[in-house]
Amino acid sequence: MREISLHIMDIVENSINADATLIEIEIKENINDNLLTVKIKDNGKGIPKDMLQSITDPFVTSRTTRKVGLGLSLFEATCRACNGFLKVSSEVSKGTEVVAVMQHDHIDRPPMGRIEETIVSCLLNPKIDFVYTHNINGKLFSIDTREIKKF
Amino acid sequence: MKTLKELEEIRQRTLDRVNQRKDRTTTRIVVGMATCGIAAGARPVLLAIMEEVEKLGLTDVTVAQTGCIGLCKVEPIVEVFKPGEEKVTYVKMDAEKARRIVREHVKEGKVVEEYTLHVVQGKILNDFKAENE
Repeated sequence: MREISLHIMDIVENSINADATLIEIEIKENINDNLLTVKIKDNGKGIPKDMLQSITDPFVTSRTTRKVGLGLSLFEATCRACNGFLKVSSEVSKGTEVVAVMQHDHIDRPPMGRIEETIVSCLLNPKIDFVYTHNINGKLFSIDTREIKKF
Repeated sequence: MKTLKELEEIRQRTLDRVNQRKDRTTTRIVVGMATCGIAAGARPVLLAIMEEVEKLGLTDVTVAQTGCIGLCKVEPIVEVFKPGEEKVTYVKMDAEKARRIVREHVKEGKVVEEYTLHVVQGKILNDFKAENE
């Protein structure tokens, strides 16, 4: 993927397929700590324990069209190439959390890219609520679709 | 920032569109948005379709995302479902081609043949010329 925002879109798509009704996307960029952290948390159906151990293996997937699943594998490869890591924690019927950490100034770190396009395409799912927070060096932007739907 | 009144209007418009989804008499445009689609550039395609639908003021059209359609090598894929007509699959899309599909196929009803999926002698091709030769 050329942009981190595309990775995010890909992981969010997993959450949508897991029947999530609430998806939280949190991005933290801190130049002082030199870290870029992306957290995607959903309340979908979760991943069974035995599958969770090998979830970033490209040959592990829950899809039925094909035996290959590259979304998390690619994201993990990007994180590792940038001195970081990817962590997936999940509990069946509670939800899943994906945390990706990268060295902010690493030469191989892809740009954040058009994150707004990713968010806009998320909003195409009217039945799913999204919370998006983006923190850049302590400056915060956030949008919560539950707040918007109140009006 | 939008005012509350504007938000209320947007909400009403969107509700109208969502409600129309139930009776399935509207046109559906579906974009493949799995890892393969996203990596091949499905996001600008999706946004271009949304923009064009908005620009042309097409209200009986819903734009949706789907997972992997199973033909990763010809992604980005766009499927157009018109009520009472056969599904049309467009392959190797980009933003400009997608806009053309909205204008010519969705609005005017003319299928853009040259971007459609072609199967020649059991092989999937998207080369319009090959089939005609």
